[in-house]
Formats: sequence, C-alpha cells, structure tokens
Amino acid sequence: MTAIYILWLREVKRYLRSRPQIIASLAQPLLYLLVLGFGLGPVFQNAGQGSYLQFVGPGVVGMGILFTSIFSGIGLLWDRQFGFLKETLVAPVPRLQIMAGRTLGGATIAMIQGILVLTVCMIAGFRPHGVAAVPLALLFMALTAIVFAALGTVIGSSLRDMQGFQLIMNFLVMPIFFLSGALFPLTNLPAALTVATRLDPMAYGVDGLRGALIGLSQIGVATDLTVLVVVASAFLALGARAFSKIQI
Amino acid sequence: MIHVENLVKTFGEVKAVDGVSFDVPASEIFAFLGPNGAGKTTTIQMLTTLQRPTSGTMRLDGLDPVTRQLEVRRCFGIVFQDPSLDSELTAYENMELHGVLYHVPRKVRHERIELLLKLFELWDRKDSFVKTFSGGMKRRLEIARGFLHTPKILFLDEPTLGLDPQSRNQLWTHVKHLNETEGVTVFLTTHYMDEAERVAHRIAIIDHGKIVSVGTAQELREKTGADSLEGAFLKLTGSTIRDERADSADQMRQMVRMWRR
Repeated sequence: MTAIYILWLREVKRYLRSRPQIIASLAQPLLYLLVLGFGLGPVFQNAGQGSYLQFVGPGVVGMGILFTSIFSGIGLLWDRQFGFLKETLVAPVPRLQIMAGRTLGGATIAMIQGILVLTVCMIAGFRPHGVAAVPLALLFMALTAIVFAALGTVIGSSLRDMQGFQLIMNFLVMPIFFLSGALFPLTNLPAALTVATRLDPMAYGVDGLRGALIGLSQIGVATDLTVLVVVASAFLALGARAFSKIQI
Repeated sequence: MIHVENLVKTFGEVKAVDGVSFDVPASEIFAFLGPNGAGKTTTIQMLTTLQRPTSGTMRLDGLDPVTRQLEVRRCFGIVFQDPSLDSELTAYENMELHGVLYHVPRKVRHERIELLLKLFELWDRKDSFVKTFSGGMKRRLEIARGFLHTPKILFLDEPTLGLDPQSRNQLWTHVKHLNETEGVTVFLTTHYMDEAERVAHRIAIIDHGKIVSVGTAQELREKTGADSLEGAFLKLTGSTIRDERADSADQMRQMVRMWRR
C-alpha cells in the first residue's frame, strides 16, 4: 500500500510544482467559458434556454478534468522515454499497485484542476444551486477523473512513442469532449448524434455534474452515477491489463 | 550468486543471446565486455525480470527470475544504460521513492540515504531537482540509489557511458569500496577495457550472443597472446564495426536530446 501512496504522491508533487502548466491548462476552459459564455449567451437566451454561462460552467469544469486526467495517463509515455518507468517496473511491487498509484494520482490532480476551473467559473459569474450541490458535484468530478485517468493509462501503456499522440488527441479526446454535451444541450439532436453522445462516458459525467450544480439533468443523475461507476471499473480493469503487459 | 545456463533469447529471426552460460560467485565483480549488439543488455534484462528468455535457466541467489519475479527483484539493484531518474523530483525524493518501493523501513531508509548521498558527494545537493544535475551527478545518484536497499547483486549496464575520466574514476572507486565493505556482487557491462581491467575480478567477452572467452584480464591476455586487454578483445571479436538498428525509442531519445539543447 505504501507503494501506491508514494507513486500517488509523486504525481501530485509533480503537478503542484509545474505552476506554468497549471495556468496554461486553465486557459483553454477559460477561453470556452468567456468566449462562448458571453458570445453565445444572447442566442441561447433568445432560444428560451436561460443563461448560457450557467449551462456551460459545468461543461468547462468537466473539460478541465477530462484533459488533465487523460494527459496524466499519457504521461506514462514520457516516463517511458525518460526512463523512470523502468525504475518502477523492476521494483519488487506488483504492477497492479504501480498502476493504481499512478492512476489515482492522475485522478487527484484532475480533481484539483476541476476545482480550480470551478472557482474561476464562479468568479466569472457562475452560481451553483446552494452549498448542498457541492458533495454530489465532487463525487461526479472524482468519477469522471478516474474514468479518464484509467483511459489515459490504457492509451499510455499501448502507445510506443509520441507519434500516436496527435492521433489520439484528434480522434479520441476531442470527439469525447464535443460529444459530451459540455457546450450544447443533448436534446433534439439527429438520431445518429444522439447515439454517439450516449456512447460517450463523458456525457454522463457532464450531465451528472450539471444535475448536481444547477439542477439540470437530461439523462438523470442516478443513471449518470451508475454508468460512470461501471465505466470506471471497466477502464481500471483494462488499464491494469494494459499496464501489466508493458515491455521495456 | 548468479547462475546462468544455456540462456537463449530470440527476437523473430535474430538470436540476441545464443546459449550463454556462466557463474558469478558472491562478492565478485564480473564484467561483460562486448561490441554493440552483442547481447549484453538483453542478458541483463532477462536476469532482472524485464524480458523472458526463450530458453535456458537462470538463478539469482537461488531464485528463478521467471517464476519468482517479486522475490528476485528484492535481491538486486540496477543502474540502466539510460537514465531512469525522475528529474522533476529532488535527489532525496528520488532516493526516498526508491526506498519505499523496496520496502526499506523508514529509519533505516533515512540513515542509508544520508550515508550513500554523502559517500557519492551529493548530500549538499540533496534538495536540488535532478533536472539541474550534470550527467556525472545523475549517474552517481543512480548508483547510490541502486545500493539503497542493500541488494545482494548490483547490475551496472554501461554506467560510465558519456562521463569524463574524473567521474568515471570516482564512480568506480565508490563501487569497489561498496563491493569490499558490503560484499555486494557486481555484474557490469562496459565498452571501456581499462575499466574492466581495473575493477572486475573476472571478465567475459561476448560477441554475437555467445561468450567467446572468460577469465581474469591477465588470463585473457595470455590466452590470446595480446599485450593489452584491448588487443585481446579485438583478437577475439574482430575489428568490424557493428551497427545497431535504431528503434523508435532511440529516435525519440534523439529528439529529446535535441529539445534539451
């Protein structure tokens, strides 16, 4: 267990020490929040959907979590290139514990990032429905973080070098983000798009977060919770399998 | 301490290690000397549980690295050919992380980290980030780390590659010292004949995956009638230059080096 802790601590330390990176990774959600929040606000309001800033707030929080957690998993590739991965692979510790420490560490920093984005959203004018919303919101943030940190581990274990990275970014991460309903409501969409959004685990994370924070859920909070728990377990199992197969 | 019999590793058509056998008694310093692509690193990787052999038997302190991975991993330390430190952590944190992974009790861990960092002259820099270290300092830290959990065997895979003569000299002094005081068995590979001659009790010359000759430096010279170990080496392995094919990891490493400049 101490092995899980020390590897978790390593991830968290590395994150807290990379201040420029923290600020840089806040920039993208912030851009979406401010530009879309204020830019699309009037259109959204005229369509009778209420405040777009309120709507998109949970979306950009989810975005911050998605990107941070998935990249932390892919960080495995860097550890492979810079050699640190070998140090952990020859240690007398079961691979499962190493994977668990790394993935939990990645999920933790994604949570911190999500809380930072939420704080920024609130400064920009986003208002959650009361303090009671916070624990449920944190639960959804944690689950989303675990799902995508585990997915990142699967990807990081399977890629041999950084060349596949752009491919993953354009064909996996961006679609996950755009199909999640972070930026637009998932109602009255063409049938094919509806199916695609329902297959996107991020859609349940964003929907649950929105349900918790502003009381607006299209799928249902209980369903969101169930799906996320199932997907998190599945991805963790896949991640453990992929990680155990890594060869030097 | 190390027993290897008829060890074979094939990658597709290529026989990287082709029927290697040798024994290393406890507390000996044993060197593997060979041209690029001779099978030195592959042998180390099999002994240290990172690769499975195609066939053959291995024992480390009586344990089989294939079937008893975790126990075997506890009994050796390794310094890889490429750096394996976390450069975003401090020297002390790298040591601490290693100690925890190897289940070294807290009190012993702190004492030993202090002892080793002082020995390798890194104690003043214990709280500096490893990314600020020179190549020689990183190497020293890695070797200090390899000794942290008092291993029975230490593997050193070309530990002095790219170091200046001063650092090389100092590094071997420390390794010899620890071999004498703690009785650790050392298995090393190197390209530098003078090093092998100075440090190793016995030397095995390996080429094309096979051991060509084993013995003390003196014995190897006498056997080949050469006046230096380098001469003996060239007589045994020929003088053609071996090119390893660069794999994607090598290309990546080159890119990384470019960015760092």
